Amino acid sequence: MTDATATPQAAPATSLVAADARTQKRNRAERRFRAYGMAAILTGLFFLVVLVSSILYNGVGAFQQSFVNVPVYLDPAKLDKNGTGDIEEIKKVSTFGYAPLIQDGLLSEVQKSGIETPLTKSKDMKNLLSASAAAEVRDYVVANPEQIGETVEFRLLASSRVDGYLKGRVKREDVADDKNISVEQLDLTDQLRDAGIVSKGFNLSFITGADASESRPEQAGIGVSMLGSFFMMLVVLVLSLPIGVAASIYLEEFAPQNRFTDLIEVNISNLAAVPSIVFGILGLAVFIQFAHLPQSAPLVGGLVLTLMTLPTIIISTRASLKAVPPSIRDAALGVGASKMQSIFHHVLPLAMPGILTGTIIGLAQALGETAPLLLIGMVGYIASNYPDGFASGFLDPNSAMPAQIYEWAKRADPAYYERAWGGIIILLVFLLTMNAIAIILRRRFERRW
Amino acid sequence: MYDAPNREMKVDQKTTKISARGVQVYYGDTHAIKDVDVDIEDRTVTAFIGPSGCGKSTFLRCLNRMNDTIDVCRVKGEIKLDGEDIYDKRVDPVQLRAKVGMVFQKPNPFPKSIYDNVAYGPRIHGLARDKADLDEIVERALRRGAIWNEVKDRLDAPGTGLSGGQQQRLCIARAVATEPEVLLMDEPCSALDPIATAQVEELIDELRESYSVVIVTHSMQQAARVSQKTAFFHLGNLVEFGETGQIFTNPQDSRTESYITGRIG
Repeated sequence: MTDATATPQAAPATSLVAADARTQKRNRAERRFRAYGMAAILTGLFFLVVLVSSILYNGVGAFQQSFVNVPVYLDPAKLDKNGTGDIEEIKKVSTFGYAPLIQDGLLSEVQKSGIETPLTKSKDMKNLLSASAAAEVRDYVVANPEQIGETVEFRLLASSRVDGYLKGRVKREDVADDKNISVEQLDLTDQLRDAGIVSKGFNLSFITGADASESRPEQAGIGVSMLGSFFMMLVVLVLSLPIGVAASIYLEEFAPQNRFTDLIEVNISNLAAVPSIVFGILGLAVFIQFAHLPQSAPLVGGLVLTLMTLPTIIISTRASLKAVPPSIRDAALGVGASKMQSIFHHVLPLAMPGILTGTIIGLAQALGETAPLLLIGMVGYIASNYPDGFASGFLDPNSAMPAQIYEWAKRADPAYYERAWGGIIILLVFLLTMNAIAIILRRRFERRW
Repeated sequence: MYDAPNREMKVDQKTTKISARGVQVYYGDTHAIKDVDVDIEDRTVTAFIGPSGCGKSTFLRCLNRMNDTIDVCRVKGEIKLDGEDIYDKRVDPVQLRAKVGMVFQKPNPFPKSIYDNVAYGPRIHGLARDKADLDEIVERALRRGAIWNEVKDRLDAPGTGLSGGQQQRLCIARAVATEPEVLLMDEPCSALDPIATAQVEELIDELRESYSVVIVTHSMQQAARVSQKTAFFHLGNLVEFGETGQIFTNPQDSRTESYITGRIG
């Protein structure tokens, strides 16, 4: 018909095979953008790897502890001077009475093993053993007074210097000015390790034990502050879940849309972004100074953390209520369900996975929160086993895991530094477990409609 | 019309179920329904047709006060069900909705078992004395929804796992399980394929035996097939209301004629 049909083989003005300049430019821009994205992710991964490996490198040591196997002769002349066997008399002997017995025991063990050392006095053994060793032996004797007169094999904590030396933290060249240990004692430590008298083992008391004083880091554990955190989380869960869910349901389903509810909504979003220390000072002013609740108590900590967690829970609950399709509400109303029935029978069960996820994430946030706890004094130094009862768990002074970590990090002895990292590992294990539960809940109960 | 006495008799047999007078609906400042008068008869299928946004769904939702759930929506005028004003202050919309059931545009079964879907209404209204009674109600409703044979072996299966057409019939079964007197259907076939549509239409025709059915539809063929009465809405006005045959063959208003011949809408 036209000229065009006469030359069908003619090359098209633009070839599809060879991309034109504009397309090439576009493709280059896309490749560049992808490269930026990859670089961003790799940077993130790099820092994650550095973080995790440094935490593990520094903290794993806290889960191991050096112990000394000492046969201690429970000398009746020292422990039960009158020979009456009266428990009250035995209790009068303080730990100072026990320390020489333990040192004698260790010295005789050293001599028996044929170890050659310039240290030949009982006093020289003192720095090898933890200050807590005497208390441990005394507790044993008070519990088993019939053992007096016998020689009992104890597995006692080594001192933090010996522990640090065996872990490589304390160096031979560093101890010249150290009053707590000498080079000879380090030599002896090496010999004792070869003889099997000093050995490293898993440190259960780090996970279950109480905090210890500045001078005996080898005894300190995170267990009691773990209980403090547990009681706080109990308060947070019991308060923030019902209050948060009730508030969200009311705001999302019942509240009229007006300026007042808009104001509330904006403020909830703002509260979620308020620095946690502000909540701490609020808790100090309201709960402790005004309401006269006990200081340092997990109950107060829980109340403060509840205030912090509520916005998180409300926001996530409202989001998951909103995500339930309106057709489900219509369906329930259409068969004559009341508004409350439609919410409780249909909407809430469907929103439940989202609500639980939000709650767990909120709890995990609260678990790791430190700043408000410092203000309300939840940094109690609890060196004994704790608590006596359930009620005292809420009202007696305690610490919390992150606050305990902070306390340890502040202390001068490098042995505490190691424990701070170990505490971080335990805290992270809790947080990861909680997040994993949240993910599992979401996967398990998520429904499609 | 009025000179045929036996025809007059016939109309009298069909009593008016719902009567609306001077109904106005506002969405905020928008005047969505303007002064609508309509009488819906018992045991009749009444179709509402009209272009999108003409207010037919809005008006339908007035009939069981589903518009109450929309904050900005205000309804004025009078709608009477069996002579009682449903917008009276003393009327509980929940009781009203038990009497006036609704089927929605998109099939919306609860994400529960087929059995629980149908049993939910009777349960919350206390219609069943015991488990056997409830079983019977569920079976009867599923039979009426023309879906019993397809699901009787898997009543425990989730309702959301059925095909679109089955889901819609399940929703109809769910709506009839509470023994309503009026069944409102908001474009019940718009999400269905032609075969499922045919099944639902057949079902609507059967439901006419026991209920007054009001159906909103975009398909004029559907209105012509299933309804006895048709109302044509345009821009919030009820333009014309009458016997379906008359509306489609001999519309009185030029707008109705333009719409059904495809010139507007």
